[in-house]
Amino acid sequence: MTKYDAIMAETVYFSGANGDLIEGYFARPMGPGPFGSVVVIHHMPGYDQGTKEIVRKFAANGYLALMPNLYYREAPDAEPDDAAAAARAKGGVPDDRLVGDVEGVSKFLKSQANSNLKVGVIGYCSGGRQTFLAACSLKLDAAVDCYGAFVVSDPPEGAPLKVRSLMGIAPNLSAPLLGLFGKEDSFPSPEEVKILDDELTKLGKEHEFHIYDGAGHAFFASHRPSYRVEAANDGWEKIWAFYGKHLS
Amino acid sequence: MCTYITNKIDVQGSAKGGDGWFTAKEASVYLDHPVHAPYTHSLNIDFLNQDLGPSFRVAVELNPKDAVLLARTILDTVEAMSDLAEG
Repeated sequence: MTKYDAIMAETVYFSGANGDLIEGYFARPMGPGPFGSVVVIHHMPGYDQGTKEIVRKFAANGYLALMPNLYYREAPDAEPDDAAAAARAKGGVPDDRLVGDVEGVSKFLKSQANSNLKVGVIGYCSGGRQTFLAACSLKLDAAVDCYGAFVVSDPPEGAPLKVRSLMGIAPNLSAPLLGLFGKEDSFPSPEEVKILDDELTKLGKEHEFHIYDGAGHAFFASHRPSYRVEAANDGWEKIWAFYGKHLS
Repeated sequence: MCTYITNKIDVQGSAKGGDGWFTAKEASVYLDHPVHAPYTHSLNIDFLNQDLGPSFRVAVELNPKDAVLLARTILDTVEAMSDLAEG
């Protein structure tokens, strides 16, 4: 008999930073579980179709997954690209608000009847940095940083987004970290990845980094020219193994 | 690459979006992943009016080489009327 394969995916609202009601995209397997959970942090271009597809992929692979719309406050009913532009023009997402939103998502996921109470986080691009930020600020069970820049170094002089290096809070990293990076990326460069790798080793933090040859930034983005099938496929395998170990 | 680099200027003018003309108050210029253009990176310009809302936006995503050409062309064009451009 064929295994019944079903997920449910829909828009939900949850309580984010400061108790604000925030939009999110929630996908889950249609089964009793208990399932591990994943907070999916979208890339800088926003709460878009490509990242919603990633949320559904987690559900199809047996995880409760929720992506918060980090730009909801700036642009509640706008198209994702307009919302991203509005957020960019206003200086981006403040770090403390991001942490509050991820905390809200984590509570929402843990409150599901089929949750096993384990929550991981994953983020792409700017979401990679925010993943590291969340894992150093909240108690989580696993974190996956996909090519997050400005973890090791500050943004270039004059950049309007109010983000800074996170090396100062690295000792607070609360969860095992999987890092997936492209060798041809400049933000973060392989040299920066090495600095973070060395620092986490020095701090005794469990982590596993992979730097893919022939891949640059955004190699997971299957609808963009930056997509690299070998790196993305191997990266997904690494994610399933990592979350399988830490969220089951 | 998400460069995080955004150069913003206040502008006075108008832009035409999906719902017609509106007053543009700001322009954001940045190099990043495009939403629509088939490049890994593009030079993006948003003409915005945040007072009216996020949908009041006219966006272009250009091949960076073409963006440089556009910038030079703008400068060449305004050179002919430099008294107006500086006023």
